[in-house]
Amino acid sequence: MADTSFDIIIIGSGPGGYVSAIRAAQLGFKTAIVERDYLGGICLNWGCIPTKALLRSAEVFHLMQHAKDYGLSADNVGFDPKAVVARSRAVSKRLNDGIGFLMQKNKIQVIWGEASIEAQGRVAVKASKTEAPKGALGAGAYVAKHIVLATGARPRVLPGLEPDKKLVWTYFEAMAPDRMPKSLLVIGSGAIGVEFASFYRTLGTEVTVVEVLPQILPAEDAEIAAFARKSFEKQGIKILTNAKVTKLDKKSDSVTATIEEGGKSQTITVERVISAVGVTGNIENLGLEKLGLKTERGIIAVDQFNKTNVPGIYAIGDVSGPPMLAHKAEHEGVVCIEAIKGLNPHPMNKLMIPGCTYCWPQIASVGLTEQAASEKKLDIRVGRFPFVGNGKAIALGEDQGLVKVIFDKKTGQLLGAHMIGAEVTELIQGYVVAMNLETTEAELMHTVFPHPTLSEMMKEAVLDAYGRVLNM
Amino acid sequence: MPTNILMPALSPTMEKGNLARWLKKEGDTVKAGDIIAEIETDKATMEYEAVDDGVLAKIVVPEGAQDVAVNSVIAVLAGEGEDVKKIASGAGSAKQTAPVSPSPQRAEGVTQSSPRAPAPAVAHGANRVFSSPLARRIAKDANVDLGRVQGSGPHGRVIARDIAAAKSGAGLRAPGAASAMPMAATPSDQQIRALFADGSYDVVPHDNIRKIIAQRLTLSKQTIPHFYLTIDCDIGKLSAAREEINVAAPKDKDGKPAYKLSINDFVIKALALALQRIPNANVTWTDGGMLHHKHSDIGVAVAIPGGLITPVVRHAETKSLSVISNEMRDLAARARAKKLAPHEYQGGASAISNLGMYGVKDFAAVINPPQATILAIGAGEERAVARGGQLAVATIMSVTLSCDHRAVDGALGAELMAAFKALIENPVMMVV
Repeated sequence: MADTSFDIIIIGSGPGGYVSAIRAAQLGFKTAIVERDYLGGICLNWGCIPTKALLRSAEVFHLMQHAKDYGLSADNVGFDPKAVVARSRAVSKRLNDGIGFLMQKNKIQVIWGEASIEAQGRVAVKASKTEAPKGALGAGAYVAKHIVLATGARPRVLPGLEPDKKLVWTYFEAMAPDRMPKSLLVIGSGAIGVEFASFYRTLGTEVTVVEVLPQILPAEDAEIAAFARKSFEKQGIKILTNAKVTKLDKKSDSVTATIEEGGKSQTITVERVISAVGVTGNIENLGLEKLGLKTERGIIAVDQFNKTNVPGIYAIGDVSGPPMLAHKAEHEGVVCIEAIKGLNPHPMNKLMIPGCTYCWPQIASVGLTEQAASEKKLDIRVGRFPFVGNGKAIALGEDQGLVKVIFDKKTGQLLGAHMIGAEVTELIQGYVVAMNLETTEAELMHTVFPHPTLSEMMKEAVLDAYGRVLNM
Repeated sequence: MPTNILMPALSPTMEKGNLARWLKKEGDTVKAGDIIAEIETDKATMEYEAVDDGVLAKIVVPEGAQDVAVNSVIAVLAGEGEDVKKIASGAGSAKQTAPVSPSPQRAEGVTQSSPRAPAPAVAHGANRVFSSPLARRIAKDANVDLGRVQGSGPHGRVIARDIAAAKSGAGLRAPGAASAMPMAATPSDQQIRALFADGSYDVVPHDNIRKIIAQRLTLSKQTIPHFYLTIDCDIGKLSAAREEINVAAPKDKDGKPAYKLSINDFVIKALALALQRIPNANVTWTDGGMLHHKHSDIGVAVAIPGGLITPVVRHAETKSLSVISNEMRDLAARARAKKLAPHEYQGGASAISNLGMYGVKDFAAVINPPQATILAIGAGEERAVARGGQLAVATIMSVTLSCDHRAVDGALGAELMAAFKALIENPVMMVV
């Protein structure tokens, strides 16, 4: 008879859930994790990781097309969409297996199936359609002192633009196309939208991006978003802002979309449509209504340590609200578990969560945008440094990009950093650490950055904010 | 084997002292028990006795050196038959000698280092306030003393939000219990000096006594909830009795009387007896529990050049007025000469501060911890009083008791004052 009683049961094994489970096990809690589809959740299987694999294929393809720029020759450069997708799936599979190993290593019981909370401390699991991994428990009744909801999010559906998975895709279908569509309409220009736009455009698809707001990448600094738009348009991506897709007419192998832009209406016909209009929390069929658990606009309401209004029930990650990012979920999970343990962790500061978008060129940012700082009436200093002034960037053949930093004029506090260009997703963490340590411009200026690296631009941008830029 | 002579800790709280005077010079023979130096401590100048025999090979800390850390090497003593010159030129492996030596390893091999070198380094290490650069900058702008801010970052690191809280008074760490009290930051020396024209003042560095007074009395006022009770005492009978007693004092062959009682001696005795009659007022507050004293140990504030010191008359309730008087005379004389030993001025359950001789009518004194009360004595003066509907002239002395409310409540303090008044107005009762 299997043991069905735990200290902590975590529902959902995405990056938030499985990291919470490991932290709980580290702290000596008897821990179980419930999953219905695939260990690692969306991130590993249908999100962050497989898209990075796709984008890498696109990047290598792009480099091979431009081999001549580097003095190399590569003729008959082509690609096999099936093989590109297969590689992406293989990457996911490998990490998915890795989660199974991590659960085993940390003695975390995997329970396979669909969970709902029957009452405080009681979890009912129904069998799921997918096959359970070896060693997992199945359907049944389980008890736990603490229940952590880490059920994540799913693509948001707008009325009239419902994905049919054939002609109108969500990220699931977009990630595993059977062939490259000749033309593509991407609805929404957030991170998911522009990453797919980049991927398909690089592989030769005619791409149109429609954004309802005046700015693409609405969460990013306006200057960076404008830089991105210019780059995308140069690559041949068509971008419509302040525009709305009002109707999708589906034919057998194409879709005609009606787009309203500034009072004018136009139609375009494309082979496929990607709906990337955001994600919404998975709060259904969990028994939350019965428990009286408070939700707000599709997400679960929590306090700074991710407690819900029902004692013993917690929510972390996408299902507990934005920013809906894997690294936010992971850290939130750790803080939540440590608070349960009574370790008095520091609540997460959401202003210091970096965001990364893996389009080409890459975008990375943390903290306040220049607009947000102005809206807060902060007195700021802004520093900028372009990639064209950096030796390493030129050597890489990546001389297009910008690093921008925003300081509080009075205190020298680093309020925000925004970057666009090659590898900026790997650079941003330098600023994130600086912000968390509460460094001012003085410490950043006093820090030696290695040469020749792209990171030198980070220091130059700081110097520029104080009128001391060296290489421009 | 040569012996390092270390700066002694002459009281439990002593961290550093001044080397007031060397009584031996290099090359002098020293016997155990010889006084080799005078050390100025918090409150007094103490004589330092040698523990071993030998020859004073080298004086490391010169006469007049200030703030010498306890357990730092002040001299090196050569043993019998040892080469004094070789030791003086700096032999390394000397054993240590000092009355108290909590961290002897610190003095290892420092015979040649300058006397004050180790102290600042240690102080720096102990006083470092871990804080973020941003917190430091905001604190500087807001004129918040980082050392008083309770850090909320990892390992107690002071971060920006702590300074924001401190600016509104929250989370400021004052010494002791007053930590939650909203307080403006103390202005810096520089800011204070800026209020006065250059050249319009001289700066006199604080001596130890001044520093201790500042520290202890600030602590007292910030951590002890004071309240004050004033009462008028008719000292007509007391003055008459005092005169009679003094006149009757036996004289020695030089015509010097065996005692000469002062009003203050009566006050000491009366307070000592009053504390015995109201034993609940003869107490000391500690967090763990109230100390109820069995005897009346009365501290008496004595003005000395540059400050004051409060020698304690022990078991004053058991002593006759003449004994108290003579003991007080001796204590006061040695206090002025800075020759009191720590046990002669530490402790006590209550105290007396008398400014009557300066014509002060009445005043309130600051409690000197661990005492729970202090009685401030004003001048005895003729005042018009009403008696049975008639105006009369009486010699009145106003006294004010400062009470530590944690230990002595209002009614209890009032009972003590009533007992004191009964005794001081009828000095005959002190004989009982």
